[in-house]
Amino acid sequence: MLEVRGLHKVYDSHGRRVEAIGELTFAVEDGQFACVVGPSGCGKTTLLRCIAGLLPATAGEVWVEGSRVTGPPPGLAVVFQEYGRSLFPWLRVRDNVELPLRAARMPRAKRRDLANWALAAVGLEDAHRAYPWQLSGGMQQRVAIARAIAYQPRVLLMDEPFAAVDAQTRADLEDLIRSVWQRLGVTLLFVTHDIDEAVYLGERVIVLSAAPTHIKEDLPIDLPAERDQLTTRGDPRFTELRAQIYSLIQKSKQASPAPSKELS
Amino acid sequence: MRVLGWLLWRLVLIFALPAVLVALWWQLSADSSHFLFRPLSEIWEAFRETWDRQRLVEDVLPSLNRLARGYALSLVLGIGLGVLVGSSRTLRSLLEPVLEFLRAIPPPVLIPLIALFAGLGDARRVVIIIAGCVWPILLNTVEGVRAVDEVLADTCRSYRIRGGRRLYHLVLRSASPQIMTGARQALAIGIILMVIGELQGTQDGIGHTIEQFQTSFQYAQMWSGVILLGLLGVALSLLFRLADQWVLRWYHGLRATEKER
Repeated sequence: MLEVRGLHKVYDSHGRRVEAIGELTFAVEDGQFACVVGPSGCGKTTLLRCIAGLLPATAGEVWVEGSRVTGPPPGLAVVFQEYGRSLFPWLRVRDNVELPLRAARMPRAKRRDLANWALAAVGLEDAHRAYPWQLSGGMQQRVAIARAIAYQPRVLLMDEPFAAVDAQTRADLEDLIRSVWQRLGVTLLFVTHDIDEAVYLGERVIVLSAAPTHIKEDLPIDLPAERDQLTTRGDPRFTELRAQIYSLIQKSKQASPAPSKELS
Repeated sequence: MRVLGWLLWRLVLIFALPAVLVALWWQLSADSSHFLFRPLSEIWEAFRETWDRQRLVEDVLPSLNRLARGYALSLVLGIGLGVLVGSSRTLRSLLEPVLEFLRAIPPPVLIPLIALFAGLGDARRVVIIIAGCVWPILLNTVEGVRAVDEVLADTCRSYRIRGGRRLYHLVLRSASPQIMTGARQALAIGIILMVIGELQGTQDGIGHTIEQFQTSFQYAQMWSGVILLGLLGVALSLLFRLADQWVLRWYHGLRATEKER
């Protein structure tokens, strides 16, 4: 269970005060796949960093699995957009996946098993001994996902993880993350600026307004659980949901012409 | 066969110029009668006679030993302090002007001062080496630690990678390219200071021996000592290259792939 209560965030630096998040309150049930979309610069990354305990909130609280977040909580993993910068270039793929487990003092044999399983789950059985920079962008992001699932988090946060890969790879990774989520039963909060991606992936889409951010709409996605790039995206209901969210975001952009500077 | 050919070509590239220069020197100095510029043949003869087993044990080894101790302590001090200073903004702004000032002082002028604290023995010569070597390592480490990638630092925080693991896997490894740059500069400085430290009031060492030959007008022997220093410098820089290839193998690979893309 992930709960955000009255979250408010103001950046105050060099005399310039920017209200990034106005007020956000929502909860994500155990095992739910929730997507967060919003216009660019609406503080999506800020929200995610507050939940991950990487950034203190100005007001309000975040609760993960029954404890209040004051720093990075245990049992929570983050997959960042910048895969190239979130993997250790001096560690081989396997060691990248195992490092958080070593930090958690997990015995060697168990670490091995989990890393093998996680790398197989993302289709990288053959890349254990490679360095991350020897892999393509899509494969690097798979390593980051493998590292996250080997950590066995109860809550998984993803910050526009597929924004920097090509369209074909992106579709593959979307299907991968759906299947990983279905198998693990992890609570997943997925931040994206891509409406199609949000509708395709989530059981629920939280639409944010422009900064100062509040929730514009909280939509259940009533598409079948088995999704497929061709049939799901061709589904009339998919198109309908997509259009609905699109117009919400357009409206929120016009309502408050906030500075379009991305706050991260 | 192709590998062998490539290796041969590399060897030719490495040794061609030195061979030509030595041949030229040999020829041009052959009938030199100048008291200072002795024929290379005479220097070569002196080299073989001078640097025998006894000299190697009694003069060369003590020199290298002091260099090794001074260099190792400089690495420990420079990296240790560099990590501390680089990790704290307050410490950095507090210390940076002082560090720049200290770095600007040429260590040889400190020799009398160092002698006051460290006496006249072995310790003094090690301290002189440290006084010069520590700065490039320290300042480069500070730069490297400052430049640790924020996303990688966040990754460590959210996976709760802390303490010694964070220090090694995040801070030191991130800074390792800069640390190696500093270490390379320090090695060159260290060799110079190794010699300078031996010039006055010592009983052994390469620098001491060279100075002895100079004051007793044995110029061929003196030149043989200078050549020995040059050869040592080449050997140490080759050793350093090997260490660099090993420590930064990820970095060289990363750079090579970035160039290809």
